[in-house]
Amino acid sequence: MLSRHGIAYRVSIDLPEGSYVNLGIGIPNLIGDMLPPGKEIFFHSENGILGMGPAPPAGQEDIDLINAGKQYVTVIPGASFFDHPTSFSMIRGGHIDFCVLGALQVAANGDLANWRTPGEKVPGVGGAMDLAFGVKNIFVTMTHVAKDGSPKILNNCTLPLTAPRCVRRIFTDMALIDVTPDGLVLREVAPGLTPEQVQAKTEPRLTVAADCREMTIPEKYRAARGAG
Amino acid sequence: MIDKTLKTCAEAVSRVFDGATVMLGGFGDPGLPGVLIEALREHGAKDLWVIHNGAGQGDYALAGLMDDGRVRKLTCSFPSHPGNKAFANRYMRGEIELELVPQGTLCERIRAAGAGLGGFFTPTGAGTELAAGKETRMINGREHVFEMPLSADFAFVRAYQGDRLGNLTYRMAMLNFNVPMCTAAKHVVAEIDELVPAGGIDPQQVHTPGIFVDHVVHCARHPVLASKVNLQNPGRA
Repeated sequence: MLSRHGIAYRVSIDLPEGSYVNLGIGIPNLIGDMLPPGKEIFFHSENGILGMGPAPPAGQEDIDLINAGKQYVTVIPGASFFDHPTSFSMIRGGHIDFCVLGALQVAANGDLANWRTPGEKVPGVGGAMDLAFGVKNIFVTMTHVAKDGSPKILNNCTLPLTAPRCVRRIFTDMALIDVTPDGLVLREVAPGLTPEQVQAKTEPRLTVAADCREMTIPEKYRAARGAG
Repeated sequence: MIDKTLKTCAEAVSRVFDGATVMLGGFGDPGLPGVLIEALREHGAKDLWVIHNGAGQGDYALAGLMDDGRVRKLTCSFPSHPGNKAFANRYMRGEIELELVPQGTLCERIRAAGAGLGGFFTPTGAGTELAAGKETRMINGREHVFEMPLSADFAFVRAYQGDRLGNLTYRMAMLNFNVPMCTAAKHVVAEIDELVPAGGIDPQQVHTPGIFVDHVVHCARHPVLASKVNLQNPGRA
């Protein structure tokens, strides 16, 4: 099993040099710190930043520089600021290469549910739908099963959809799974797990890729009891 | 001589009437017109329809306006932040109507209104509950949803520099909704960190041309906003 940081580490390997990437809150937010030095990636924030850098040291925060999660951030050389319509033109217009989002449920056909939680009092959508509909490659990070042990990868989502058929790749604490026109393909399993163990926690049938392998993950990013 | 400067935010909000539609700029703290919103609380107009990305936080500015019971309807994308207790309380009691709009659709509806357009088709939301009941059309093989323009009687924003002509610049992540909102309301007021002479802003650096702005008020930022961070903060009194 992988820790939350382990999931983020595995995603970071699949973000290519030179790509423009939007990161959601939660596990995706950990990815920026996982990139090897020198790999040039531009992070986008919905509130009008391209070229977002890490959090500033305490005392160095700028009152006018936050990300979409309302956290203080920095910018890297070559960054730009712009207004919301320009920011969402980047998103809807297909200019952002990858978006990494958390999920509550993903269906076998790539349907994504991540904006309305069961029992919530006040609904909020933010930029989730624009990202899910607009970005070329939607990557999802999540724990493989819900807190009660039930699968989050389902034949059909039971929660309200964020967008239909948008997810390209699923990264969990147990596996890396691609969404393909022929269904879900198991590409990698977490260290120590078998494809059968992953299938047992997944509702739709998984096709095990011919070259399915164990993930290469540093020891420090492994977790004994899952990502919690 | 054109002079759009006003001495106080109280003057700037004095025309707001009961039932008015009011755009409030900002995303999080950057660009939030906190002083104008406090002046609006003092002013007393009620039954307001507020357009803003969120629903306010804590007990100041928009959250205060909600707490005061002055907001009839909120159009926004993200009212569910844990700090939005004032809104959540009123909403749960059925005292505020909520129009929930995806963030990209919200800013584009505002932009469309400011640009004199009759709306637009977007793929965002097609097939989800937020598109229920809306007109749809297949465009290039993809389902699109028709979205109406969104205008207002008033727009209030916070900017960095301004001049007597209403030209504005913003720092960093202050541009957000402020740029489109300045184009989409009948009466636009910016509270600003620095008042500069006409020509004091390089024409190449103007973010909001003065034609869109009715008034500027030079004032320190809302004390809660200004106190959050100590360094590199041009808005401190």
